[in-house]
Amino acid sequence: MLSNNFGLYFLNSVFVTAATVVVVLAVSIMAAYVIVRNRSRFSSALFSGLLLGIAIPLQATIVPVYYLIVQLGLYDTLWALILPSIAFAIPISVLILVNFLRDVPGELFEAMRVDGASDWQMLWKLAVPLAKPAIITVGIYDALQVWNGFLFPLILTQSAENRVLPLSLWSFQGEFSVDVPAVLAAVVLSVVPVLAAYAIGRRQLVSGLTAGFSK
Amino acid sequence: MAAPAVIFFLLFAVVPLLGVVVLSFMAWDGLGTPVWTGTANWTRVLSDPVTHNALWLSLVVVVVSWAVQTPLAILLGVFMAGTQKYRSFLSILYFLPLLFSAAAVGIAFKALLDPNFGLGNALGVRALAQDWLGNPRLALLTVLVIVAWCFVPFHSLLYQGAIRQIPTSMYEAAMIDGVGRVKTFFHITLPQIRNTIITSSTLMIVGSLTYFDLIFVMTNGGPGNATRILPLDMYLRGFRAYDMGGASVVGVLLAAVGLTVSYLLNRAARTSSMDSQMEGA
Repeated sequence: MLSNNFGLYFLNSVFVTAATVVVVLAVSIMAAYVIVRNRSRFSSALFSGLLLGIAIPLQATIVPVYYLIVQLGLYDTLWALILPSIAFAIPISVLILVNFLRDVPGELFEAMRVDGASDWQMLWKLAVPLAKPAIITVGIYDALQVWNGFLFPLILTQSAENRVLPLSLWSFQGEFSVDVPAVLAAVVLSVVPVLAAYAIGRRQLVSGLTAGFSK
Repeated sequence: MAAPAVIFFLLFAVVPLLGVVVLSFMAWDGLGTPVWTGTANWTRVLSDPVTHNALWLSLVVVVVSWAVQTPLAILLGVFMAGTQKYRSFLSILYFLPLLFSAAAVGIAFKALLDPNFGLGNALGVRALAQDWLGNPRLALLTVLVIVAWCFVPFHSLLYQGAIRQIPTSMYEAAMIDGVGRVKTFFHITLPQIRNTIITSSTLMIVGSLTYFDLIFVMTNGGPGNATRILPLDMYLRGFRAYDMGGASVVGVLLAAVGLTVSYLLNRAARTSSMDSQMEGA
């Protein structure tokens, strides 16, 4: 595995995960802010639309997603993984952030409004700092999903240079199916980075997930 | 401010959702241009015994997963929300399956369950040295057990959080009244976590409708079609047999089943919450 470009696959996974999580967090916190603060018909329609995204298995749309990625000329690039991953992560991220932001007392926002703060300032100076635990939780959850994602890489990439870790395990297994210890060694190697991250952030992760999902 | 999220979601979720319906009426091999063929895909796929088998297997997977994982997750959640001595250590162990990629889990189990090189033979236990994934009668069962191992921790985490939010005064009152643990569980814990049961069930059902990675890695739908559930059927039709139209039909079926189940669950939840409010009044 090490001699088989483990480093490259690792870096590909890091890039795809980081890019996805950063964008998901940015767009989801903005959307959650609008849904919580604007009690208009648009924002409630937006919220129900996103809730539908949780209820419908979005993987069912993989054929049109493939078509779209091919048409955009992104097939077999890392962007082919990042863009759909962002879209698929938005519903649950917004849901958790909305649940959290709803508990922020409205008076805090009103007070800032009276002081002449714009929506942007309220988002950055009030909502984001207060929602930090939820943001961390959503970030870790989305990161785990994308890091471990398999279907998008399988369908939307092809060449070895755009391989991510889970897919590299699978293809490694195909090439060396007889050498069980080597395949298992690769599996263990792929798990190490996640385990290390877990060892560092365990408390935050577990408490964030228990609080974030169960409202 | 909501625009970026809306654009991403529209472009890569809503448009494809409409697109899968349109593509289900077209013939497309994945390379050329899709051609309108009317209901040809639908009649072909719906009369195909492979589809019937996949639908049936998916139904089994959803029902069995839910029936097995929900009670396990609730009981584990109750345990983890408690204050037992080994709780924190066990919580770490339970969490592990959540971290690993389905590809890693699938490959590891495939090696462990191998009839010749696997755990059964290594330990010298004849009964364990079965061809767990190669025997058509055992494969689906084996897969379901491993899937449960992967997903129960996440759902018990949801329940753990919900149970921690139940006011302790309710339990104290029950204790003063001399109510036993089992009765307390059924009359306080379960009704209080009703919303979490709905959330968890929705996620679980949508999740089990789309189980793909693990089963693909372990069995590729086989042996024969013994583990070819709907998502695998969709993948094999579209990306192996280059029948994107047929795959889209399966995609529409998947989306329809998911939407229907979530709708019914939510309705059931609303009715039951109204009932209990009336009981309380």
